Amino acid sequence: MSDLRALYQEVILDHSKRPRNFRVIEGTDHCAEGYNPLCGDRVTIYVKLEDDRISDVAFRGSGCAISTSSASLLTETVKGKTLAEADALFEKFHALVTGEVDGNHAGGVPLGKLAVFSGVAEFPVRVKCATLAWHTLRSALKGEAKTVTTE
Amino acid sequence: MAIIPHQVTEPTARGPRTKLDVERVRKDFPALDQTVHGKPLVYLDNAATSQKPLAVIEAEEDFYRRDCSNIHRGVHELSDRATRAYETARVKVQRFLNARDTREIIFVRGTTEAINLVASTFGRKNIHAGDEVLITAMEHHSNIVPWQILCEEKGAKLRVAPINDRGEVLFEEFEKLLGPKTRLAAVVHVSNVLGTINPVRELIEAAHRKNVPVLVDGAQAAPHLKVDVRALDCDFYAFSGHKLYGPTGIGVLYGKAELLDTMPPYQGGGDMISSVTFEKTVYNSLPYKFEAGTSNIAGGIGLGAAIDYLNQIGMENIAAYEDELLAYATEAVSRIPGLRIIGTAAKKAGVISFVMEGIHPHDVGTVLDQEGIAVRTGHHCAQPLMERFGIPATTRASFAFYNTKREIDALVAGIYKAKELLG
Repeated sequence: MSDLRALYQEVILDHSKRPRNFRVIEGTDHCAEGYNPLCGDRVTIYVKLEDDRISDVAFRGSGCAISTSSASLLTETVKGKTLAEADALFEKFHALVTGEVDGNHAGGVPLGKLAVFSGVAEFPVRVKCATLAWHTLRSALKGEAKTVTTE
Repeated sequence: MAIIPHQVTEPTARGPRTKLDVERVRKDFPALDQTVHGKPLVYLDNAATSQKPLAVIEAEEDFYRRDCSNIHRGVHELSDRATRAYETARVKVQRFLNARDTREIIFVRGTTEAINLVASTFGRKNIHAGDEVLITAMEHHSNIVPWQILCEEKGAKLRVAPINDRGEVLFEEFEKLLGPKTRLAAVVHVSNVLGTINPVRELIEAAHRKNVPVLVDGAQAAPHLKVDVRALDCDFYAFSGHKLYGPTGIGVLYGKAELLDTMPPYQGGGDMISSVTFEKTVYNSLPYKFEAGTSNIAGGIGLGAAIDYLNQIGMENIAAYEDELLAYATEAVSRIPGLRIIGTAAKKAGVISFVMEGIHPHDVGTVLDQEGIAVRTGHHCAQPLMERFGIPATTRASFAFYNTKREIDALVAGIYKAKELLG
């Protein structure tokens, strides 16, 4: 049970039940759909850019607690960040959920609330759930229209 | 290996009854005896693949240790032994399905390859522009995609018979869709998601009244029911060894000899020919016409051993025991608040798919795994069916005759744990 509590931390459960920025941003070119065919998770990320800064970001979709909360926390974290900062966050988040770095002690960009996903590293099959929204964000920022999959 | 009978006859109020001794059966499956995350393994993912009895593991090992050789072509002792063992397995399959002749039993990699074989031989020859192939709304991707590929290539049309909310094929709709352009119907015997046992005999009769041949996808049926291809009168029947307690990479296509005879070969190569010159090749007789190249010899022998093992227990006993498990599980799982079973057909095999209010199947699967319980979560290679029920995924528990009521209690406790943690 302790591993499960580490995976499903309160913040994660809260964001999965009450996702933040769960809406559509109309009229933006920066939007992409992500799909995890293994479990059927779907997420669409909408981004509004001002120069190279993310001025607004939102998502819609359906998925498991990990993928929904990851998308929700993503929107909270990257809002106001520059493209380079968002990219660096993704790199660090990826390293966190794959167990390459310890979220609390790593240098560089601070992970902030994203550190709650450290428990995912103990559940390798769930890494794709945690990173789906991030892969989709990257695609949205590149303006790629194609559906992103984690396979 | 010594043959140990697994049946004990117990007198009951209604007279003597044959009962399956599950504790004894479990000892035959070494993989069941392990802990996962510190808990005893509860293996409820049998519809994905089943565990293997020692008899199967030893049959494969014996082949590699003693008889390893290629078949049908050697003059030496080992090749003779290997050929006899492989061809004996074919006889076992023929009897298991009650087929007329071993010529009707083609060894393939699995159900998927069996269906693809029919699509690319029978299908390519007989299905043309404007023709139709009829399937049902509860097919596995492996009984959808080969037909889509064929229809696209030929300009033919794929028609889909609808199902009701319980997960039963609407017979009248199926019958209506059998038209003058229908060249083949391909239907699943037991649904891997819903557990529905389709009335394939009636569906086949309806199709035959319109002179439409029928392929039955028996991947989930062969391990749980007594299959009699002559009683069903199906034209093709496909199943996989690995779901039938046999090895992976071996499966069977049954086809009526008169149909198989008219079909072009599937793949070209060795063993499927009787003579080759650069001008012309004469194909081998059935079933070898469809078995190019060196087969999965050990797999075939292992499948034969699995059939022997199942015959010892008796398919009727297996079906009766699994019915009892399903009834017990359905009642216990239905009582869980916020849980909805997907697939409530009147006739079902041992599969329970469910969704839970506010909890995604993937999260349920992770919690259950931590309890040592193996289930499948996701769309189960049946995305159109998920769409039919308006859900992205389910959690699926699927049973085998080595599962126990105690394990179902563990499943129910695990689901409650998921509710407590995530609900």
